[in-house]
This record gives sequence, C-alpha cells and structure tokens, in this order.
Amino acid sequence: MAREVSTQRKTINTVVAWAIGLLIFFPILWTVLTSFKTEATAIADPPVFFFFDWTLENYSVVQERSDYMRYLWNSVIIAGGSTLLGILIAVPAAWSMAFVPGKRTKDILLWMLSTKMLPAVGVLYPIYLLFIKLGLLDSRFGLVIVLMLINLPIIVWMLYTYFKEIPKDILEAARMDGASLKSEILHVLTPMALPGIASTILLNIILAWNEAFWTLNLTAVNAAPLTAFIASYSSPEGLFFAKLSAASTMAIAPILIMGWFSQKQLVRGMTFGAVK
Amino acid sequence: MGSIRLEKVNKSFGDVTVIPSVDLDIKDGEFVVFVGPSGCGKSTLLRLIAGLEDTTSGHIYIDDQDATDIPPAKRGLAMVFQSYALYPHMSVYKNIAFPLKMAQQDQATIDKKVRGAAEVLNLSDYLDRRPGQLSGGQRQRVAIGRAIVREPSAFLFDEPLSNLDAALRVNMRIEISELHNSLETTMIYVTHDQVEAMTMADKIVVLNAGNIAQVGSPLELYSRPDNLFVAGFIGSPKMNLLDGEVAAKRDAATIGIRPEHIRLSKDSGEWQGTVNVAEHLGSDTFLHVRADGIGQVTARVDGEFDVHHGDTVYMTPEPEKIHRFDAGGLALR
Repeated sequence: MAREVSTQRKTINTVVAWAIGLLIFFPILWTVLTSFKTEATAIADPPVFFFFDWTLENYSVVQERSDYMRYLWNSVIIAGGSTLLGILIAVPAAWSMAFVPGKRTKDILLWMLSTKMLPAVGVLYPIYLLFIKLGLLDSRFGLVIVLMLINLPIIVWMLYTYFKEIPKDILEAARMDGASLKSEILHVLTPMALPGIASTILLNIILAWNEAFWTLNLTAVNAAPLTAFIASYSSPEGLFFAKLSAASTMAIAPILIMGWFSQKQLVRGMTFGAVK
Repeated sequence: MGSIRLEKVNKSFGDVTVIPSVDLDIKDGEFVVFVGPSGCGKSTLLRLIAGLEDTTSGHIYIDDQDATDIPPAKRGLAMVFQSYALYPHMSVYKNIAFPLKMAQQDQATIDKKVRGAAEVLNLSDYLDRRPGQLSGGQRQRVAIGRAIVREPSAFLFDEPLSNLDAALRVNMRIEISELHNSLETTMIYVTHDQVEAMTMADKIVVLNAGNIAQVGSPLELYSRPDNLFVAGFIGSPKMNLLDGEVAAKRDAATIGIRPEHIRLSKDSGEWQGTVNVAEHLGSDTFLHVRADGIGQVTARVDGEFDVHHGDTVYMTPEPEKIHRFDAGGLALR
C-alpha cells in the first residue's frame, strides 16, 4: 500500500529541499555572481546581490593575463590520464579480490583504505625529493602517476563493491564456455559492471580535477592545471576578489557541466548495491 | 566421445574434507545422475569434473586423458547452472553464440549453429530478447542451447530444474531426456530430487557425506539397495525400516519393506494396526498405520480399499520382498 502524503506536506518538503539545496549551492552561486562585478562592487559593504552593473571585464583580464586553455588542457590530461590508468590497474585488482579472495584480501582492502588516512603533507618531502631525482617535477606525467596512486584505493574499493554484486555463476559459465581470463573480464565482467565502472570514472575525474595539494606543490608552469590557475589569483590582501571569482568559475565550469549531465550515473553509483 | 573416470578423487576445503575418496567410471553416452541430500558433496563432485574446483588429490580422466590440471575452458565440457547463469547484457542469440565466438569459429558457422539450436529448443522467436525478458523455462532452454552448440564431449547439469515450478519441471525433465536420446552425449546430472534421478538416469550415483553409497541403474537401486541409506533415500513414499523383535525374527538388525509390498486385509494378517491417516490419491491410497509392537508403517493399497482414521487393519509383508540389513546398515543377502 502506498503511503498517503498530503499536498500540504508535499509543499513543505519541496520548500525545505530547495532551501537546503540553495544553501549548499550558495557559495558557488556567490562566486559566479562576484565574477561579473567590478572589483569595487565585489568588496562593497553591504554586499550587493543582483542589482549591480554586470561586466565581463574580469574574464577578459584573466584571459589576457594567463592562458586559460593551457591550464584546462593540463587538467584534462591529469584528471583523465590518472583515472584511465587507475581503472586499468584497478579492474584486475578488484576482479581478483572479488572473485578469488585469499585469506588476506579483507586486510589488504583495509590497508589500502588506511593510506587515505595519512595526511598528504606527511609524505610531501619524500615525494618531492623523488620527483626531483626522477626529473618529474612540473611534468604532467608525474602528476598523472601521483594522482592515480592517491585515488587508486578508492577506485579499487568502488570496483570491488560493484564486482561483488555480480553472480559468480556467470563468470564460471564464461569459463565453461571456453573464455580465457582476458575474454572473461573483457566480454562478461566489464559490460556487466559498466554502470559501476562509469560512476567510478566520473567520481575519480572529479576528485582528480579538484585535487589541489599535489598539483600546487609539484607544478610550476608547464604542468600547472586549473587549481594552480585559481591559486595564482588569490592574494593575501584579497584585493582581486572579482578576478579570483572569474578564474574559479572558469576552472569549475567544465567539471560542473560534466557532473550535471552525468548526475544519473553519479547517483546510481553512490547508491549501487544498497537495494537489489 | 565422452568417457569420464575418477580415480581416488579427494577434495578438502581447509580442514574440512568434503569428498574423502571417490572412484567412478562413466561410459561414453551414459546419463548419470548424482543424487543425495543437500551437503552430500554432489555439486562439489560435479564442479571438480568441470574444473571449477581443483582436486586436493586424485585424478580425473576425460576420454582416458588426465584432465586433472586442465583449466575448465579446455576440458571440452559444457555446464548448465541452477541459476541459468546467462549473460544479462547479451541477447539470446549472443548468449548461445558466446562459446562459439570464444572458439573463434567463423560467422557463418556460428549463425548456422545458433539458429539450429534455437530451432530445436523452440527459441527462434526470442533470439533478439535479453534474458531478463524471458520466463524461467525459456531461460533454462537458452542455457541448454548455449551448452549444446559447443558439441561438448559431456554435459554437466547442476540442479537445472530446481528454480522451475512443478509443472514446468516435468516438461523440462522430458525435454532433457529427449535431448539425451537424440544427441547420445554423456550427461552428468546433479539433483537432490530422487524422482528426477529415477526417471532420467541410466545410472544413479547415490552420495552420502561425500562417499558413494551405491552406483546402479534406477531399478537396481530400487530393488536391491546395498545399505540402509540407499534403501531410505530411493523410493517415494519411503521404504518402511523396522527394527527390534520383528527384525530379529528374520535374523537381521533392521528390515525394510516398501509400502507397495505390504498386503492389507480388514480381517486377518501378520501385523495388526490402527489407521492413523489415509491419503486417498484416487488410483492409490497411502495408509499410515500404527502397528502394534512395531511402530509406524506406511502401506500402499488400491484406491478402492475403503478405510478411515481409527479403523483396524491387518498387514502381511510379501516375504520375498523384505530387505534385511545388519547392525552396520549393510544389506544381508
């Protein structure tokens, strides 16, 4: 029997949901609004909301001063590359953990997750030295490797939980049908886990895109992604709020748009396995 | 060809021994059924033959070749799973074609074989559908189709009918038997249902706690059970197993008599008893009788024999049909 919900109740729920949604979205909205203000209006007290002289000046200044496309391209390569590489390594790893678990599989999974509990700054020094020795400083390749390693535990964990949902029988049937291990993973496991793999990819692109600690510390000019682009506009005196906002808007726009179009997959990915 | 031989096959999971040591000979073209209560190791034995589990020790020969260490994909066997295990993201056509694709056959051969199998299994109209859009019986037929296109040396069935409803089960039972008659390929079939075992098998292997209790044709097992376990497991309703004085009188620890081998009378007979429940099936009536000094006895009588709860009846077992067992449960002959 369906639960009866009165119209009044529905209205209240809708209003509350919108209020919470707006509250969460407000900082982003404020950043976008500020990016269209002049520097003076941006720091006006009391702050102005909608009624100011809208201007695109900040965007043109930002574009003049720094090459947005180069940062964007670096972000795409670093986020995309680290995710792709991570998936290639994590699919076989998660396959073996889900379908041929050993005595220590659970421990390995927990240990992998525990590496995420270590504050990144704790290993900054050794990794920085390693990067110098290997000549990886300020290289996109170096960042792809580091971000892949940082996010690998999450990728393996997510894929592991998706793979666990796939009945073992089906993989055994593939084996009986003459499939090699490669064919089994390629033709049976991967297509069946595709929704899960897709949401893992999405989440990891977002994580890598927004990662600021390593990208800021290990790059200078050549490999600097959009996070460095934003940082270059922040100054301790806070005099250039409008330009900083414009830079931020430009940096988050691509990932925001991607997230908007793939929200179905994202939500499915996050609730996958909760209900049969 | 599809002869399979097991030699001292042993399987343990950690400290738990599931199959102590099994020797078994399956001839080419035989329909062999592994039957036993749940947990008796019958599915494990099948999976060992399939190669989905590794033997702890012992050898498995397929067509006289040692296959113990050959991976499942290379053993040339096909398996039908209880859960059907179809590929949900592929159409029926692609499901059936999958093993052929893995064997790298050319497109024309694949098409011919898939359509041929679909024809035999009445699936021609469903080739474009996904497994999720099919009924249980159709899914099972797709699973069988996927197995037959490979032309395997033997088919392995792991409780293939237990997810189907009763009416469908009877139909599929007949279909699988017909398939065996037309293909003449070795089939190994695992079930816990002794009716399936009796109706389909050339040879039944009764398993008890990982050991083979008896191997034989359905009628051999029925009329000459080697031990108490087989006597009690095969036949429905179950054989009456009686001990005490009535057995001692016949120089046995336990005697067994099937319900249909007891003659009933309302006037006189060897054992006197009171009818507890009378199950009237129409053609037959099963009487559950409390026999004085003996215990509960089940007897089958003609449907017209009119008795009810509380009536007194007399029972006489047919002497030549009595099975005698010693204290260890082995048949005395």
